[in-house]
Amino acid sequence: MADSDGRQVDSINHSTEEDVKLQEVVQAKCEGKELTKEEKQRLRKEKKQHKKNKKDDRGPPEKEKEKEKASVLAPSKPATQSPAHKAPVPVNASASESPVAAEKPAKSKAEQRAERRARQDTERASKQGKKEGGQQSASSKPKATPNELQPVVKRLPEHIQVDDPAALKKLAKKLERQQVPLRSDYGYKVSLFSHLHQYSRKNPPTQQISIPATVIHPSIVRLGLQYSQGIIAGSNARSVALLHAFKQVIQDYSTPPNEELSRDLVNKLSPYISFLSQCRPLSASMGNAIKHIKKEISNIPSQCKEEEAKRRLQECIDSYINEKIILASEAISKYAIEKISDGDVILVYGCSSLVNHILCEAFEKQRKFRVIVVDSRPRLEGREALRRLVKKGIRCTYVLISALSYILPEVSKVFLGAHALLANGYVMSRVGTSQIALVAKAYNVPVLVCCETYKFCERVQTDSFVSNELDDPDDLIVTRNGKTHLENWQTVKSLGLLNLVYDVTPPDFVDLVITDLGMIPCTSVPVVLRVKNVDQ
Amino acid sequence: MDGWWGCYNTVLIAVKQQKKSRIDDPEEVSVWFRKCSSCQEKFVQNQRFTETLVKMPGADKETDLSERIESFLSELKRCGSGAGSLRGSAETARETTALLRRITAQARWGNAGDLMEIIRKEGRRMTAAQPSETTVGNMVRRVLKIIREEYARSRGSTEEADQQESLHKLLTSGGSSEDNFRQHFAHLKANVIEAINELLTELEGTTDNISMQALEHIHSNEVIMTIGRSRTVEAFLKDAARKRKFHVMVAECAPFCQGHEMATSLSKEDIETTVIPDAAIFAVMSRVNKVIIGTQTVLANGGLRAVNGTHTLALAAKHHSTPLIVCAPMFKLSPQFPNEEDTFHKFVSPHEVLPFTEGEILSKVNAHGPVFDYVPPELITLFISNIGGNAPSYIYRLMSELYHPEDHEL
Repeated sequence: MADSDGRQVDSINHSTEEDVKLQEVVQAKCEGKELTKEEKQRLRKEKKQHKKNKKDDRGPPEKEKEKEKASVLAPSKPATQSPAHKAPVPVNASASESPVAAEKPAKSKAEQRAERRARQDTERASKQGKKEGGQQSASSKPKATPNELQPVVKRLPEHIQVDDPAALKKLAKKLERQQVPLRSDYGYKVSLFSHLHQYSRKNPPTQQISIPATVIHPSIVRLGLQYSQGIIAGSNARSVALLHAFKQVIQDYSTPPNEELSRDLVNKLSPYISFLSQCRPLSASMGNAIKHIKKEISNIPSQCKEEEAKRRLQECIDSYINEKIILASEAISKYAIEKISDGDVILVYGCSSLVNHILCEAFEKQRKFRVIVVDSRPRLEGREALRRLVKKGIRCTYVLISALSYILPEVSKVFLGAHALLANGYVMSRVGTSQIALVAKAYNVPVLVCCETYKFCERVQTDSFVSNELDDPDDLIVTRNGKTHLENWQTVKSLGLLNLVYDVTPPDFVDLVITDLGMIPCTSVPVVLRVKNVDQ
Repeated sequence: MDGWWGCYNTVLIAVKQQKKSRIDDPEEVSVWFRKCSSCQEKFVQNQRFTETLVKMPGADKETDLSERIESFLSELKRCGSGAGSLRGSAETARETTALLRRITAQARWGNAGDLMEIIRKEGRRMTAAQPSETTVGNMVRRVLKIIREEYARSRGSTEEADQQESLHKLLTSGGSSEDNFRQHFAHLKANVIEAINELLTELEGTTDNISMQALEHIHSNEVIMTIGRSRTVEAFLKDAARKRKFHVMVAECAPFCQGHEMATSLSKEDIETTVIPDAAIFAVMSRVNKVIIGTQTVLANGGLRAVNGTHTLALAAKHHSTPLIVCAPMFKLSPQFPNEEDTFHKFVSPHEVLPFTEGEILSKVNAHGPVFDYVPPELITLFISNIGGNAPSYIYRLMSELYHPEDHEL
């Protein structure tokens, strides 16, 4: 927009109509930076519209007016957001643009203002469907109707669109702009999962980053490596590690001149998030944490000093970890211990930090029970849980998941952890959880799921195919008695290995969900989500 | 002279005393045997002596036979079924039948009753060597039934009259028939051996018979799930793959991961195969059209004793209303009922489940490694065997055709 600066002086002497619009823009700018982006979007769309209607007699003066508006707005354009916005919004906005643009000279100021507000509302509604931590300063806008009933045009997350070459190209362009390395898929993918990524653990994206990394903060690079190698695993651990890394980033951040901390910091975080999702797709808990942080950052008033702002953010992160994770697990333990009685035989699957915590607490409160730990290949996380429980002194038995039918007649209760709870009541958790719930149901053993509320997410899903994570297929290879059957699986054309990470359990297998808000049935998850949204 | 065998001393005594060449009276047989077993050591040590010194025709046949039996028993003991068996059930069945045929040909017996006693005794020893290998016992029972049939045929009476166990018969006849198989028939031996040969031919053709039915059950573009490694299912799928294109998902069966072998062997025939871990069985089941499995034993109530993880697979298939098809040849049908939970299971070393590299916690933890699973008949849709397809509710009838009720307990 460099050439428009010259025209800026000329166009100020234009008709009152434009003055009105200018005032509107300035007024909008003071209200909050949300509008400025929407204004920019609108301007871009109107430009496109005007290019279409070149025959219109308003052509040239309108163009100048648009450009003037563009130059008046804040010069810092967050480049990362642009391709994301363009995709769904022009579809419904351009339809509304054309009749409105034609009638503009005929309408009065008030009607124009009303139209603009209506357009902003629809754009805001379409932005709500975005997955990538869009800023939600919903309460500060004068709204006609509450959010829930407006049509939500969701943008599909990138990580389930691997079979679409257009989406891949877009992602590649975005990553190039952010200077984040693109990770390539590995190995033969089973046809049912061609819409998902499949990476190899041997090629972490950190290898493609030059030293010293200028764009990406070193603690984020370290975190990405820890994620991709599986050193940090488990949704609570990943979220906490992420928040600590963000604390470090905020500590080292310094506002560049002519920038506001609230806007610039968010823009700085975007490439980090892209990088982390290249290392390992973000979990639902991480997504919620990031949303919260971005909201907090964008709510920092512009007159706040940098040191003060940073301190505030650090406190905010600390309180988030404290409330949502640590205190939540205390509350959940208290509820869960009521459900454990003496003489119980409790079955647990894999390594859930929350369930381990509950069992250790119950043991300290002198409950007499014994635990059966079920484990599965290839991750074998149950061994870690076994070590922790045995260290505490709890009596344990260990089996593999194929021996489930043998061991279940002895079991009195099943405690499961969750990765996320979906809005239709399905429980998303480590692969194998749904199997345990199924067989427990067949033997009439109660199944209790323990989950903090920050893991609740608005997505819905009915099977384990549409959105999942594919881990390194080489993990399935095993050497027994000196023979490795699958050693050269890559050379055999029709052989594929499938290493799923998550699966969804239908709500009829789950008897109770224990959260920090209390003990609820699986079907009450959307109620909790609605309550949380209203609070925010 | 017909041969007899015994320790050095015994045979010398026999030669000196010029004993009869044929021993008709069963009592005397036991006398000889008793003498041998009392100085068993000497017999073993002097084996060469007896062979060279007392080279009676038939003597080495007898030692040869007993050697074969012993070696078969030791092989059974060493490599049980399930956990890394060195041979499949079909091979075991064939070897058992061949051995029984040899016993019929070479052992000394006068009438059908003797033969049945001998076979029953050997059968008991064989099943005791490896209780989980039920095909051995099944073959013994089949041969006993053959002997009964041949005896009845030689006698001229029809089999039906002997077979039916109606309550009326029980009351009127006052218990089992008086016939205790003591009549001697000259051609009984030849008939029995011929019948056993027919049985062997049937055994050799079972896998082919089952695979021939493959195209009736698999349509194109199906997704089929299976678990572990079953040679029958492998042949079944390979036969169907010659004409149809479909996708197979193999659940590796931890901890032995036999599914890997199955997958590599199937993919060599250009069948689209995917290996999935056991934990993902329910996750992918929604896209599976059929579940085809093999089994170790088919129980008398139509249930299965199959490799561990099969019960989970069956429950997942039931939840998604996916048909569960079991490919099992008839020699796997066993007259056992699954009533004793403790004796039903077989375990392997916990080292397979939790290796010794885990260290100290091993002493504080119980680890279980069961090999088999029980699958109740309600979860099974169809049995495919060499005589065609059957519902699980029909298995009890098949059993009555194959085995005589008095042979259910060896």
